Amino acid sequence: MNASDIIERRACVSGIGQSEIGRRLDADPLTLTLDGCLAAIEDAGLRVGDIDGLSTYPGAFGPSGFSGAGAVDVHDALRLELGWHDSGIETSGQLGSVIKACLAVGAGLARHVLCFRSVWEGSAQGSKGRAGIMPGGDGKKGVRASGFTEWTLPFSAPSAAVWIAMFAQRHFHEYGTTREQLAQIALNARKNAALNPNAIYSEPMSMDDYLSARLISTPFCLFDCDVPCDGATAFVISHVDAARDLRQPPVRVEAVGTALRGRPSWDQFDDLSTMANRDAGAHLWSRTDLKPSDVDCAQLYDGFSFITLSWLEALQLVPIGESGPFVEGGHRIARDGELPLNTHGGQLSAGRLHGYGFLHEAVVQLRGQGGARQIAKANPQVAIAAAGGGNTCGCMLLTRD
Amino acid sequence: MAEGEVPFRILPALSERSGFFWRSGRDGVLRFLRCTDCGAWLHPPLPLCPVDHSKNLAPTPVSGRATVHTFSINHQPWMPGPELPYTVAIVDIEEDPSVRLTTNIVGCSPDDVYIGMPVRVVFEHHEADDGEVWLPMFEPDPDRAGDGERGQ
Ligand SMILES: [Zn+2]
Repeated sequence: MNASDIIERRACVSGIGQSEIGRRLDADPLTLTLDGCLAAIEDAGLRVGDIDGLSTYPGAFGPSGFSGAGAVDVHDALRLELGWHDSGIETSGQLGSVIKACLAVGAGLARHVLCFRSVWEGSAQGSKGRAGIMPGGDGKKGVRASGFTEWTLPFSAPSAAVWIAMFAQRHFHEYGTTREQLAQIALNARKNAALNPNAIYSEPMSMDDYLSARLISTPFCLFDCDVPCDGATAFVISHVDAARDLRQPPVRVEAVGTALRGRPSWDQFDDLSTMANRDAGAHLWSRTDLKPSDVDCAQLYDGFSFITLSWLEALQLVPIGESGPFVEGGHRIARDGELPLNTHGGQLSAGRLHGYGFLHEAVVQLRGQGGARQIAKANPQVAIAAAGGGNTCGCMLLTRD
Repeated sequence: MAEGEVPFRILPALSERSGFFWRSGRDGVLRFLRCTDCGAWLHPPLPLCPVDHSKNLAPTPVSGRATVHTFSINHQPWMPGPELPYTVAIVDIEEDPSVRLTTNIVGCSPDDVYIGMPVRVVFEHHEADDGEVWLPMFEPDPDRAGDGERGQ
C-alpha cells in the first residue's frame, strides 16, 4: 500500500474538550454536549464557523442516558454549515465515528470535523427512573426480545457484563488468567484516577477491596465494571494542512484499525478467547511502519476490565495469552512503567464516557498536558487509543507532529 | 421463586424466520436450519445459506447434545428471572461446534459447571399471547458424565 493511500494520515486531532463530568449531574444532556463541543473548538483555536464537518456515535439512539444528543441537535444548535456529516452505531466501536471523520478530512469532504460523544447514564440510572437495563427489565408482561437480544434476553442474560464475562472465562480457561491479574486493570485505573481531578472515583483501592467486592457475573465483580456518569467529550479532527498554525500542537493520526473479519456476533464469533479487536488491531499495524514496541502509552477501553487485557493482546503489545502475566503486580502498566495504561483512570474509575475518553487521554499525554498524571517518559511520541469490545471495536495510532 | 416454578423470562418475538426454533421443543427435539444442498448448519436463522447462498433450507433435528464452551455465574439481579445465582453459558452443538447457543445450564449447581462439560437440551415451556414457546436450556448429560472433565 502506498503511504499516500493511507488517507487517515492527512488528519490530526487539533482540539479536545470535555464538559463537566459527574456521577449524577442532573443537567440538560444537550447543554453538556454543547459545552464539550465548544471546549474542543476553543482548544483548537477555531471559531464555530470554521467547523464544516460533524460526526458522532451513536446518534440519538438507545436506552435513556445512552446518548445525550444526536448530530442534528448539535448541527442546529450551533447553526453549522456542513460539507459532511455522519452518525450511527454500526461502526468500528465508539471511535469509528472519529475514524470516519479522519477519512472525510482525508477525502476533502471537510477541513475541520467536530466529533462528539455525550452520555447521561449516571442520572438516567440514578434519579430519572430508567426502569432497567433493557426493555422489559421491569418484569412487565408483553415485551418481547428481537434483533440480537432475541438470543440472549430469554436466557436472562441482558447485559454486556454477562457476555464479556464469558469471553473472560474462556481466556481464563485457555491461558490460566486469574482474577488477581484482572484486578490490576481496576487497581491501575484507580491509582491514576487519584491524579485526575475530573475522575469519578479517586479513593484508594486495594487488592483486598477488589477481591471482597460483590460478584456481578463471574469472573467479574463490581470493580470490573465501569461507572456510569454524565458528560460529553469532543474533538476537532482537522486536515494537517489546516492545523499548522492552530493553538495546540497537532496530534497526527498515523493509522487506524477498523477490520472485522469474524462473524459480527457476541456468541458466534470464531474464537471467544479474543473478540473483534483481534481484527481491528492487526489491521492497524498493517497500515504503518511503526511497531508495537514504539508505543509510549496505551489508552485501552475498559467498559469491563477484561476488555483491556484483550486489547493488549489484540494490539500485539503483549503476546497472545500473556496479558495476565504482563499486568501482574501492576508495575509494567503504571505511569512510570514500560507501557503506561489508562492514565486518566479509564472508564472504571474516571467514568463511562464511552470510548472517547481514551482518545482524549492519548492526546493529553502526547501534548504533555497530563499534569500530575503525565507519564514519566519525557516527550512521548506514540500513543494508542482503542475502544469497543465484543463485536464492535476500532483503534487509532497517534503520533506527535 | 418456589422450587420447580418456571421463572419470568422475556420471551422471543416469534418471527417468520425464527419461530420454528422457539417452537421446536414441542416434541422435545432441538432443530436448526440446515442447507439441503451443501449440508451446512446455520444459526441464527437466515433466508439463505451463507456458504452457497442456496435457499433450500430446512429445520433439521439435532441430537440435543452439546458442550459448554464458556459460561458465567450471574449474581446480579438485572431483572426478574431465575433464582440467583444462575449460570449463563455458550454451548457448542454436537453436530457442528461452530453453531452455538447462549443458554442457561440447569439441573446442577453453578459450581459444578465447567468448560468442556457435556450437556443435553431440556426445554422450558412458556405460554405467550401469540403461541407457545420452548426455550432450550441445557443440563448435565448423564450418558457422558465426566467427559471433558476439568483437569487444570
Ligand atoms: Zn449451503
